[in-house]
Amino acid sequence: MTGYLRSAIAVYAKDMRLEARTKETFSAVLAFAVIVAFVFGFAFDPSPSVVALVGPGIVWVAYVFTGILGMNRTFAVERDRGTLEGLLLAPVGREAIYAGKLASTTTIMLLVEVLLYPVFLVLFDLDLFNIWFALVTIAATVGFAAVGTLFAAIAAHTRAREVLLPLLFLPIILPVIIGAVASTSAALGGAGWDGVGKWLQFIVAFDLVFLVLSSWAFDFVLEE
Amino acid sequence: MGSGGMGVRQALLGVAALLFLIDLYLIFQYAPTASEALGVQVQRIFYFHVPSALLGMISFAVAAVASVVYLTKRGRKWDRVAWASAEVGTVFFTVAIATGAIWAKPVWQKWWVWDVNGTLTFMLWLVFIGYLIVRSYAPTVERGSRWAAVVAIFGAASVPFVYMAADWWEGLHTERITGPAAQGSLEGEMFFTLMFSLLTFLVLFIALVAERTAQLGIEESIEELRREVAS
Repeated sequence: MTGYLRSAIAVYAKDMRLEARTKETFSAVLAFAVIVAFVFGFAFDPSPSVVALVGPGIVWVAYVFTGILGMNRTFAVERDRGTLEGLLLAPVGREAIYAGKLASTTTIMLLVEVLLYPVFLVLFDLDLFNIWFALVTIAATVGFAAVGTLFAAIAAHTRAREVLLPLLFLPIILPVIIGAVASTSAALGGAGWDGVGKWLQFIVAFDLVFLVLSSWAFDFVLEE
Repeated sequence: MGSGGMGVRQALLGVAALLFLIDLYLIFQYAPTASEALGVQVQRIFYFHVPSALLGMISFAVAAVASVVYLTKRGRKWDRVAWASAEVGTVFFTVAIATGAIWAKPVWQKWWVWDVNGTLTFMLWLVFIGYLIVRSYAPTVERGSRWAAVVAIFGAASVPFVYMAADWWEGLHTERITGPAAQGSLEGEMFFTLMFSLLTFLVLFIALVAERTAQLGIEESIEELRREVAS
């Protein structure tokens, strides 16, 4: 167990160090997220009553799209530089590689998502600084990353990685999107645990099931 | 799968064809015309819609279970069963979605209603499409099989969550439409026709999956022979 943890942390630290030096994924994903938020301003009438209605939806569509972009990068970077083989040849369990990759993806996504809070506040007068929304964001992002990291590993080995990831990822992740949008509506509407709790538990249950399932399946996905 | 298997499969297809003829008679002649609330003549599409939706779900269960067995036991046969079931299931789901929309438009004035069954059917249909596409992008057949198996298992694991989420969502957003969509409200001759339709579609499903499984096996042996000749 300690070996597993140490290997996972090593993979995570490597990814974070790489990202800290190049800021490649982070800057591209953040820029994309801002553009998506900006373009949404023209998709509907951004008046307060409309924003209250569709706000939670656009926040999560923006998060999901940027998440897909970011997750595609995690394995694409390794593959383009030919370092994926090296990583797989390393004498560590595949579960540890999965856990490390999952952690780095989650970190980058959460960072981008938090940085979008002020963007939504300025553009749509949508106040996301809310403890319940923050909890939902963390739970849903872990769910996205749990499924997305696995499918990104599949997509990276194909010719059509940009298309394949959303195609596989979105139908499976549908319950988390539904839960995130519904609980965000409740949280931003001022509901506490009474309104948000049910959905939060639901998303955490999804996270647990798919974390276990993905760790198990990761080996099958990477096997030559 | 030798020539003996082929005889059984052809007999199955024959039975399916025969059942379908009887089924068509039952649907259009025997079953009484439905009430206003069910859409009068349009209601007859139920006899296609309900069985295809149900068999779509069954095909997904078959694909998921066969995928688990394939990943744990590694028999190529199981992958072929899952693959065939996914292909046939995609067709059934497509029929279910199309017929559902055709029925809903005149009766509910909407092509699509965001209810639990509709959401689940659409989601599984999309998972199946991903399942089939991921194979065609894989560099080798074996890898495609493993990836597809993972997709099927993930889809199955997501089903209870989709079901719950869609149920709560429906409670939040739309007025629930109750009543006629449930097959339980059909009685007498209508109920019998529906049951007969289910049987017909089930036999057709088994016949198609058996045929397709055998075909995939033949394709694989041809591929093997080609490799032998080339080397």
